[in-house]
Amino acid sequence: MATISLSEPDAARAVPPTARAVRLPTQWLGVAPFFLFAILFLIAPTAYLILGAFQTPNGAFTLNNLAELWQPTIRAAYWISIKVSFASAVIGALIGLAIAIAIVRGGLPRWVRSATMTFSGVASNFAGVPLAFAFLATLGRLGLVTIILRDIFGFNLYSTGFNILSFSGLTLTYLYFQIPLMVVIITPAIDGLKKEWGEAAATLGATQWQYWRMVVIPVLWPSFLGTVILLFANAFGAIATAYALTGSSLNIVPILLYAQIRGDVLHNPHLGYAIAFGMIFITGMANVFYIWFRTRSERWLK
Amino acid sequence: MKAGKFWAWLTFGLGAAYFIIPLLATMEFAMRMRRGTYSFDAFAVVFGDPRFQQTFGYSVVAAFFTILLGVLIVVPTAYWIRLRMPHIRPVIEFITLLPLVIPAIVIVFGYIRMYGSNSPLPFLGSARGTDALLVIGYAILALPYMYRAVDTGLRTIDVRTLTEAAQILGAGWGTIIMRLILPNVLIAVLSGAFLTFAIVIGEFTVASLLNRPAFGPYLQNIGANRAYEPAALAVITFVVTWGCMSVIQMLARFAPKSANRPD
Repeated sequence: MATISLSEPDAARAVPPTARAVRLPTQWLGVAPFFLFAILFLIAPTAYLILGAFQTPNGAFTLNNLAELWQPTIRAAYWISIKVSFASAVIGALIGLAIAIAIVRGGLPRWVRSATMTFSGVASNFAGVPLAFAFLATLGRLGLVTIILRDIFGFNLYSTGFNILSFSGLTLTYLYFQIPLMVVIITPAIDGLKKEWGEAAATLGATQWQYWRMVVIPVLWPSFLGTVILLFANAFGAIATAYALTGSSLNIVPILLYAQIRGDVLHNPHLGYAIAFGMIFITGMANVFYIWFRTRSERWLK
Repeated sequence: MKAGKFWAWLTFGLGAAYFIIPLLATMEFAMRMRRGTYSFDAFAVVFGDPRFQQTFGYSVVAAFFTILLGVLIVVPTAYWIRLRMPHIRPVIEFITLLPLVIPAIVIVFGYIRMYGSNSPLPFLGSARGTDALLVIGYAILALPYMYRAVDTGLRTIDVRTLTEAAQILGAGWGTIIMRLILPNVLIAVLSGAFLTFAIVIGEFTVASLLNRPAFGPYLQNIGANRAYEPAALAVITFVVTWGCMSVIQMLARFAPKSANRPD
């Protein structure tokens, strides 16, 4: 008896052929709850909206809803959403990269790195309504920074045309969760830069600049681009911060969709579906690129 | 090297300033409520507000059920995938990442259209049903994080050998999951749970569109109507988020580092 151990691969494999054939359908029972859950509450609702975007109220096929997205208000909403998401993604990625390089490669004490990583974990999750409050308290008309600039430096921030309830204000606010997210994601990639590469480059007579231009940047490039896209999608779907910051005065896509869901402000339910479809399309395309860059970058990080 | 160190400190310092100044400013703003002096009046007002207690309590309960639902869905699935169906793992991973692609507002829009009171599954027909739908929606939003956490936890144990050992001893599936797998991935589950809590507690979009009296819509409402209380609420929320993340960091220290059989 004791000679047959089930954990021994050969013995285990010798038994199943018949057993496995019988088990094949029941095997799927184990994942059935998950698939049922995902289909009912993730895939079906999304598919419902996507199909609705291509239908008239009577259920006939149409491309009219998508064509109506081109009307000025909706087009402007998409445009400002894309601008804010793009600006906050690119700026956030560059600053996040600089901070990550500083803490990994800058020869700073060890606590700086662990403190930065912990804080980044917190800040990348500190989004939504409270973040808007924090920035209103900082850069709003009565915010601390606004007041200090005015009273101590004699500089009136709001006379320069700056407004926290605007494109630049929203971008500045989004950076508060974009930069930490970049730091969290890109730090492992910078850790993956092997010391040997620097030594090899130095042995071959490369200058510091050549090492960066011909080794570091090409290796980090795919991770960098991939993360920029992730940050873009992250900002594009966000609504709570913008809504709490600006009410409905800044017309970005999620706020437009929010108003449409609440009160059919566009007087065409299927146009709401089309807006939702447009959002999925943009974040979906972004993620296709993300996955593509990701698989390219992983080659170097083994 | 010296110059490099200078630039590193400068970058770090500027970054730190950008992140710390808003926190200080928020705290300062919250303490400005009493004219001419700093006080904690805004905090007292917030904590004394029955709606704060109700909505915060509601969100805590919602977060609890979200975590429960997430664990019930994710742990058996991740376990089963590792044990029997590794070939469909890419499909499962793809599905668990979808909530990062599809914005929450789109998902909840789909719920509103699909589960109205005239539909075959009339979640929105009753308050309880809407609560359930809210929890389900949150579980979907937390799915990427929960699945990742649990799957990483499972990687550190030898699922197959443990299962076979338990089966030889006569354990059924329920016993295996509850008494063998769950205790082994408990730390991973807990870190997923705290992350879920941090996401759910101030969530605005889903709760607001489903008209639930949760903390997120309350925050928004206070923000639109009050001056100093929002800053106090932001400080409180930041502390809660900070608390969740610290617990996760602490748990990570207890987590088993090496795998018996890394794959």
